[in-house]
Amino acid sequence: MSDVQLRDFGWRHAGRRAWAVRGLDLEIRHGERVLLLGPSGAGKSTLLAALAGLLPEDSGESEGTIRIDGLDPRKARERVGILFQDPQTQLVMARSGDDVAFGPENRGVPAGEIWPRVSDVLDRVGFPYPINRPTSALSGGEAQRLALAGVLALRPGLLLLDEPTANLDPPGAELIRTAVARATGADTTLIIVEHRVAEALPLVDRVVVLDPGGGVRADGTPEMIFAAYGDRLADEGVWVPGFHTPPLKTRSTSRDHLIRATGAAVGRRLGPVTIEANGGEVLAVTGPNGAGKSTLALVLGGLLAPTSGRVEAFGDRRPPHRWRATTLAGRIGSVFQNPEHQFVTSKVSDELALGPRRLGRSPAEVGRIVTELLERLRLTRLAEANPYTLSGGEARRLSVATALATAPRLLVLDEPTFGQDRRTWRELVDLLAGLRDEGHGIVAVTHDDAFVRTLADRTVPLGVPEPDPLPRRTRP
Amino acid sequence: MNDINPRRWRTIDIVIASVIAVTFGVIFWAWGTVWSVTEGAFAFFPPAQTLIYGVWLVPAVLGALIVRKPGASLYTEAVAATVSALLGSQWGVDTIVSGLLQGLGAELAFAILLYRNFKLPAAVLAGTLTGVSAACYDFVKYTAGTDLWSYRIPYAVITVISGAIIAGAGSWALVRALAPTGVLDRFEAGRERASV
Amino acid sequence: MTLSFAPVADPSAPLARRNPVAKVGAALLFSMPLIATMDPFTPAVALAVELLVLPFFGVRIGVLARRSTPLLLAAAGILVTMVLFAADRGGELVVSLGPIDVTTGVLATAGALILRIFAVALPGIVVFATTDPTDLADALVQNAKAPARFAIGALAAFRLVPLLGDEWRSLSLARRARGVDAGHNPAARVRLFVSTAFALLVGALRRGVRLAVAMDARGFDAETPRTYARRQHFTPADTVLLVLSLLTALAIIAASVALGHFHPVI
Ligand SMILES: Nc1ncnc2c1ncn2[C@@H]1O[C@H](COP(=O)(O)OP(=O)(O)OP(=O)(O)O)[C@@H](O)[C@H]1O
Ligand SMILES: Nc1ncnc2c1ncn2[C@@H]1O[C@H](COP(=O)(O)OP(=O)(O)OP(=O)(O)O)[C@@H](O)[C@H]1O
Ligand SMILES: [Mg+2]
Ligand SMILES: [Mg+2]
Repeated sequence: MSDVQLRDFGWRHAGRRAWAVRGLDLEIRHGERVLLLGPSGAGKSTLLAALAGLLPEDSGESEGTIRIDGLDPRKARERVGILFQDPQTQLVMARSGDDVAFGPENRGVPAGEIWPRVSDVLDRVGFPYPINRPTSALSGGEAQRLALAGVLALRPGLLLLDEPTANLDPPGAELIRTAVARATGADTTLIIVEHRVAEALPLVDRVVVLDPGGGVRADGTPEMIFAAYGDRLADEGVWVPGFHTPPLKTRSTSRDHLIRATGAAVGRRLGPVTIEANGGEVLAVTGPNGAGKSTLALVLGGLLAPTSGRVEAFGDRRPPHRWRATTLAGRIGSVFQNPEHQFVTSKVSDELALGPRRLGRSPAEVGRIVTELLERLRLTRLAEANPYTLSGGEARRLSVATALATAPRLLVLDEPTFGQDRRTWRELVDLLAGLRDEGHGIVAVTHDDAFVRTLADRTVPLGVPEPDPLPRRTRP
Repeated sequence: MNDINPRRWRTIDIVIASVIAVTFGVIFWAWGTVWSVTEGAFAFFPPAQTLIYGVWLVPAVLGALIVRKPGASLYTEAVAATVSALLGSQWGVDTIVSGLLQGLGAELAFAILLYRNFKLPAAVLAGTLTGVSAACYDFVKYTAGTDLWSYRIPYAVITVISGAIIAGAGSWALVRALAPTGVLDRFEAGRERASV
Repeated sequence: MTLSFAPVADPSAPLARRNPVAKVGAALLFSMPLIATMDPFTPAVALAVELLVLPFFGVRIGVLARRSTPLLLAAAGILVTMVLFAADRGGELVVSLGPIDVTTGVLATAGALILRIFAVALPGIVVFATTDPTDLADALVQNAKAPARFAIGALAAFRLVPLLGDEWRSLSLARRARGVDAGHNPAARVRLFVSTAFALLVGALRRGVRLAVAMDARGFDAETPRTYARRQHFTPADTVLLVLSLLTALAIIAASVALGHFHPVI
């Protein structure tokens, strides 16, 4: 159980001129459960890192004070547990059980207590594998559950969760929510960052909205906040529950055939799938974690050869994975699930200019494309930044924008809208709808219901993965 | 943590030195095969093969240039060697012994400079001393039985030169190239960048 | 090329399940004395001993052969070097290659050195093929009193090895997806290789920075002394293994001295 006090707190990352958070006055009492909201880039992740005592002096500049139970966060680390936006970067050990045990070992928990604890938290988060499962062989959703288990094993008094369900399928997300609800008794203070308000509401009793300009925009119980500021917050990009976007179904009539996969399969990662995408429509691929959606996206994107079955596209005799890179990039644009896997330059604007330049556009045209995309996706002030220093949502938008910059006939997007506030989400959806109406074909792998409702003309659900043949969990 | 002692290794120092070591361990492991293959290409004058010997010695200098703490050379080179042994290097445990000795060479150079100087000449000195320790070990271990003047001495001399150029100057250039990418922001080595 | 570091042996074999520190120590104690001599007799006996204990490590001979293929290339290299540069050119003339005389003395030295390479490398290859990195780090900390932060830090970084393989693939995919490839132009290929390798290093360092933060978040630099969830025991059997390795090595050397084969390197 911990309480939090911020007085005029601010933080500026090294190498940035703008403050990530500033002028923040906030008090959170023992046992409160707070939902932290704010547009993408408002500084939510930065604030959580500050609370966890993970902003070293040498990585930026701070002002004001921050106190946890009256202590400096760096001294109060024992009381705080944090789950980051990207689970793969917070797994430390090679085997799943060892990874959960890592925290308790560091904190000097007696050896005899560690394994029962590990077993207990793994059950609570619904981790389906034995403890010797290699951490490198987990899907995004599975890794997230393991990472949560690693945090819960420390029994923190202050639990900080940064978009804990961003990449999970609905049952998986539900499982995590239940795990969090069960793990956080009256003696745990909880701060959770989640764009999808409706999903997090059952867990919280207070909502705090950060103002991107600095300070707190709104603060109070959910009912009060959404009754008093609902319309305005929705306009500013908060996913206020009850605000739906009308469906934007296709207006295009050209339904020319772009790509077809017939019985395409990839080892144990993807069972045989037959799928077809046409110009002028948005095809949504949905399915549980580990179903092989990302694998299918790589196959359709001409980046992975199917081990059996056929893929044909654009009337070419050769399958896409055999094409020259320039041909491929001219016809199919891919966006990976992990945005950072996509970046090849060290500047946001270069990243956007790369594609059009390689397609031989004139410098003036390249400049126009870059400026327009930066503007529409609210990245203009980051044009000179390094892509790897962007916030989760900004990085996602940039990676989608790189594919939009060349606007090939077929776009294969893996989770194009995760981590977006309502405004940037809307902007992305409009951009994609525009491309579709011009006759481009779009295949989107997604867990995002709103996206499917609004934009998808057709949905292809992928099957449930086979149960893992490994034995149940035992001590090593 | 508020480090009272600037010589104490922070977590990031340990992890980054280890990551450099691991990455180079993988490269060594791949390089081991290249090394054996080049044997054919350099057959006309085998000591010349040592021209690329310096690649083995890069972690010793690179680790210290980035981390700038006592023990960095020794630790990085030793871990790199252990990793390549774990991956199945052809030389087995002996890799670890060479790793320790090579790390010791560079460590000595930075120690002489009291861990205060990490500029180009310091890097070259470190590369040279690593080359010397490597050459001494190989003199006993690998080149025994060959002719002193036509093989053993040229082999040793070229090892030292390669250490100075590839490991010394090469690591220094690598740090310069890494700094703008922002990955070294938490190290003094990467602090000189403009704000955006 | 696959980057695997999973043990490739039967983990329940009597020697494979010894303490990792004892195994590495034994390999060192056994193989290092062999460096002292340059005769063919000593390494030949050592090799015979090594092959005799091999079954107790549970390593399949096929795996071992695959792991030691680079040694064959190294052996070829030694042969070439010796033919060209051997110091001892005595003995009978076997064949004359232009200005170079290949004599029995040359071939004997080459053979001895090749045997020595094999004898010195084999124990290490076997030991590392049967050792899990996590166990090695645990044993280094618990039994060899290595500093825990460094051993665990190295281990955490080591977890990145298979990820680096994936990363390399992702980087290549990303370049391809963005329209960058080298085609058949070798110069472009080298350039692409170098740029991908540099990106790999940058990516690895970036992961390292985040990993360090994640480790601190879970108390890695807490002042409390660590406890160990996985215990590694150093049993009398491990001591016996160490002592036996050293004694065997010394016995082999002694025999080689007694029989007059010993030929010191210096
Ligand atoms: N390591 C870093 N170096 C420099 N700038 C950074 C770094 N991390 C974040 N920033 C910048 O700080 C600002 C706030 O980022 P933060 O990640 O806290 O946003 P966020 O509110 O979590 O956004 P999102 O909802 O998109 O995840 C952004 O403009 C981002 O570009
Ligand atoms: N590089 C790989 N090598 C081996 N197996 C893999 C690899 N990548 C993924 N897998 C496995 O293949 C299966 C399908 O993975 P994929 O990433 O396509 O799932 P997904 O449907 O995209 O899941 P998620 O919704 O969690 O992103 C999973 O069981 C995963 O563990
Ligand atoms: Mg964030
Ligand atoms: Mg996926």
